[in-house]
Amino acid sequence: MLEITDLVHSYGSHRVLGGVSFSVAEGELVSVVGPSGCGKSTLLRSVAGLIRPSGGRITLGGEPVERTPDNLAIVFQDYSRSLFPWMSAANNVALPLRRKGMDRRRRREAAMTALEQVGLADAGGKFPWEMSGGMQQRVSIARALAYRPSLLLMDEPFGSVDAQTREDLEDLVLNVCAHHGITILLITHDIDESVYVGDRVIVLTRSPTRVAADLEIGLGRSRDQIATRQLDAFVRLRAEVGRLVRGGHTTTPASVLEKH
Amino acid sequence: MNVVKALGRLWLVPVALVAWEVVTRVAEQPFFPPPSAILARMYELWFSGPPSHLLLTDGALADLGPSLARLFTGWLVTAVIGIAAGIAIGCSPRLSDYVDPLIQFGRAVPPPLLVPFFLALLKLGTPAQLATIVFGVIWPILLNTIDGARTVDRQHLETARIFGFSAAQRLWQVILPSAMPKIFAGLRLALSLALILMVIAEIFAGTDGIGYRLLYTQRSYLYPDMWGCIVLLGLLGYLLNSAFLLVERRVLAWHRGARQTT
Repeated sequence: MLEITDLVHSYGSHRVLGGVSFSVAEGELVSVVGPSGCGKSTLLRSVAGLIRPSGGRITLGGEPVERTPDNLAIVFQDYSRSLFPWMSAANNVALPLRRKGMDRRRRREAAMTALEQVGLADAGGKFPWEMSGGMQQRVSIARALAYRPSLLLMDEPFGSVDAQTREDLEDLVLNVCAHHGITILLITHDIDESVYVGDRVIVLTRSPTRVAADLEIGLGRSRDQIATRQLDAFVRLRAEVGRLVRGGHTTTPASVLEKH
Repeated sequence: MNVVKALGRLWLVPVALVAWEVVTRVAEQPFFPPPSAILARMYELWFSGPPSHLLLTDGALADLGPSLARLFTGWLVTAVIGIAAGIAIGCSPRLSDYVDPLIQFGRAVPPPLLVPFFLALLKLGTPAQLATIVFGVIWPILLNTIDGARTVDRQHLETARIFGFSAAQRLWQVILPSAMPKIFAGLRLALSLALILMVIAEIFAGTDGIGYRLLYTQRSYLYPDMWGCIVLLGLLGYLLNSAFLLVERRVLAWHRGARQTT
């Protein structure tokens, strides 16, 4: 449903993206991982239509992305700058639903349902600054869920929370993806996380960035923070992605990896 | 506890009053009547009315009524103009480049200097007075609103863009609220300026109001009355500022909360 073909972008004379191509199928959770400064955010901002890439082609559901697509939601790393501090959590979630032609009551209901799904049933009346970072990021995820996007972009969504919260949020996203069939493109610099949450992992090279590898993870959807991380397949994949991110070459052909 | 603390900080006020009383009584200067005489005069002039009028006398209504009407009309009209123009300018870097030199010049002109001009151009009385107030207080509102609209967090705007907010939603739900803390700072400055300009306008271009009364008492050598006007204006400024802070604290509760946690 998302096709990225030969995406190129430069800031002045500095070439960030050097021809990135990959695709994301309906219902997939694809994580994109790469060394810092490799243009992950540029990639995501191009998909979101926030910047116009210098070259290449992005289509979403067959339509070329020229402005911000209609059915797209985003979860930023910096939740405190993404949620509006002057509104309650419920209003933050409900506000984008106006364009869906829902009346006030239905917006409110949809917001409450989404907050329930992220485990914040009682926090609708709270303001973002009355919540912990993890809770704020949950509100941000609820906002995206209520919006029912065809594609959900997540830009380092767990980069600013503590380790425990991070694990909870990873499982929340896996859950959401399984139950709602949302297509997710998740960007991270964390190798372990990219393997843990992804159906597929796209590894990027240093800039000018290209796709170094496109790995099928094949661990199934039900994952467990402890058990999954102990699996031989997980350990091998994590090592593999780690080597690739550090600029090494894949030692195992993708065909072998896919069997795990 | 807090009451005790507040009282503890207020002890200087009675001390200053007593000192003032003693010094003026010893000096026996007609220009400096003792505060007790000033207060007695204020009571007679303004606060000895019937309870049905909140103890205000007809004189108080005649002096304060037109003044407060001018002050609030001028301030509110300016707030609407200043905020609307400020948002428009702040959201458009190009417009801002064009008008910035004009704004910088306009605000450098001391507003009282324009009273003679407004008097020549407009009718003596309310039109010229309002023009003076509006021209004087628009600058802090305008500049603060421009700054507020210009510094909306980029990620808030991007969020609005991604979730497809309409132009109206962007204005009312994102740009205005996030500019609000700066707009309020401008409005508060403007309120105290409006009080000053109201008095100046009434002195130069008035036939009634507290400023006119001040001029009249001075010309008639009624020094306790004149001092009464001065004290009344001081009290008025203090009350206006306190009331404004009360409103600000309610409207911007989110801002204080957000600042304390980040």
